[in-house]
Amino acid sequence: MHTSEVLVRVEGLERRYGEAVAVAGVSFEVHRGEVLGLLGPNGAGKSTTMQIIAGALAPSADQVHIDGLDILDHPIAAKGRIGYLPEQPPLYRELTVDEYLRYCARLHRVPRGEVAAALVRARERCGLEAMGHRLIGNLSKGYQQRVGIAQAIIHNPAVVILDEPTVGLDPIQIREIRQLIRELGGEHSVILSTHILPEVQAVCDRVQIIHRGRLVLNEDLKALEARSEAELLVRLTAPPAAEVLERLPGVARVETPADGVFLLHLTAGANPAPQLVQDAVAGDWGLVELSPRRRTLEEVFVQLTAGDDAGHDTPEAAA
Amino acid sequence: MILTIAGRELRSLFLSPLAWSVLAVVQLILAYVFLIQVELFLQWQPRLAAMEGAPGATDIIVAPLFRTAAIVLLLVVPLLTMRLVSEERRGRTLALLLSAPVSMTQIVLGKYLGVMGFLMVLLGLTVLMPLSLVAGGGLDWGLLASGAIGLALVVAAFAAAGLFLSTLTDQPTVAGVSTFGLLLLLWILDWAGGTGNEAATEAFTYLSLLTHYDALLKGVFDSQDVIYYVLFSATFLVLGIRRLDAERLQE
Repeated sequence: MHTSEVLVRVEGLERRYGEAVAVAGVSFEVHRGEVLGLLGPNGAGKSTTMQIIAGALAPSADQVHIDGLDILDHPIAAKGRIGYLPEQPPLYRELTVDEYLRYCARLHRVPRGEVAAALVRARERCGLEAMGHRLIGNLSKGYQQRVGIAQAIIHNPAVVILDEPTVGLDPIQIREIRQLIRELGGEHSVILSTHILPEVQAVCDRVQIIHRGRLVLNEDLKALEARSEAELLVRLTAPPAAEVLERLPGVARVETPADGVFLLHLTAGANPAPQLVQDAVAGDWGLVELSPRRRTLEEVFVQLTAGDDAGHDTPEAAA
Repeated sequence: MILTIAGRELRSLFLSPLAWSVLAVVQLILAYVFLIQVELFLQWQPRLAAMEGAPGATDIIVAPLFRTAAIVLLLVVPLLTMRLVSEERRGRTLALLLSAPVSMTQIVLGKYLGVMGFLMVLLGLTVLMPLSLVAGGGLDWGLLASGAIGLALVVAAFAAAGLFLSTLTDQPTVAGVSTFGLLLLLWILDWAGGTGNEAATEAFTYLSLLTHYDALLKGVFDSQDVIYYVLFSATFLVLGIRRLDAERLQE
């Protein structure tokens, strides 16, 4: 799947604010057509990372390559391949949607003759057809967010960076924006940051978790899901000894969180459910519940980010 | 690219009531000054006619008008320049410019050109007043041109200083007040003339924004004065570019 062209390559990204380390040693790659989800608690360094990739902040050395171009050596060419929606959409409230998007198109070096076409396309993709002549300041938060996204894609950039694009939207708008992001993922690369974990599962191909300025997880979402299908919850009214269950093929370990409840930790790829049902019928164990438990992204997230919050240790320890 | 940024700046200015009220107020005050000077000239005219080498209408009307215009603009330019960068920073729209494929120089020059465009409209309206005198008699074109160029240079210097101070803060008011303070200080710098120290007096007089302007108002077109204003403006523009760059780079 990842044999395609690398559009963003980040190597050992570092950024300090005075003494405080915002981002330290973050490295990853984003391929064409991939939607990358960036997760992390507040203040973990997500926004800083995105700002650096977008060129709004400078990295300390040649660490960011966009489409093979170093962002410090060829800032103009590299920035032209990026569309960026910051946490707060950069909107001029006194302009109309059309005026604003036209300005953004020109600013991103869309040739004069193609501005009108780019404007129509961006408006259409973001559901802004009827809003062209409205003042941005008078639009609702959801529409302002859409204008922000339209601004990021108007010059048809190779890489689209969206910093929390669905914050403050109603559920229907969130669905629409997610749909849009999936569409964008078809031809562009999308880097997306969010607090909302299901959002990552809904739209992303790959997930990264940043904690205290460091990358603590970088994994394909499918692989993560496959790997996480690793538990089976069984409830029995007349249970046998735990060892009996442990002897089932594919069961690594058995926990008994409550009376008659067994949590089977499975080895990778195994599924002993059919065997278990047969045995339960044969042995008359009184099977009342059998549910595969997925180790959700949320659990992964909590495990990776909450564990060391109690002791104020160094960022190195968190890595 | 510079023109795109300048155009946006100008459009936003004219979409706000600020630009229109500035134009109206400045025009009102200068029209009043202009009328006083015309009246004065009419009173003096019989006596002037009898004098050998007497100052003409342009001397009596245009020079005071332009001198007042510079003082009015000293108050007004900070109001216009204070929001240039600081408001973008406050409204978080600066990110759009920083992540766009434009250089810092283009951003600063674009903003500078935008506000200069507006100030040139203001200046044009001011120059129209003495031009209306052509209907009733001749003008000293050289003197008028040198005065107008002087005013344009002074305004350019004001705007450059204001733009730089606007890059320093995210509070437009702070930028406005400090611009006003800086300009006023540079304006009255030659008041230090009486201290007795010859070298200091000379230096202060040279640095003062006013001295160079006075020469141009008298019709003395000295390239040294022009260079002073160009250098002044360029220095602050470069400082502004450096300031924005520093913000982006690692501290």
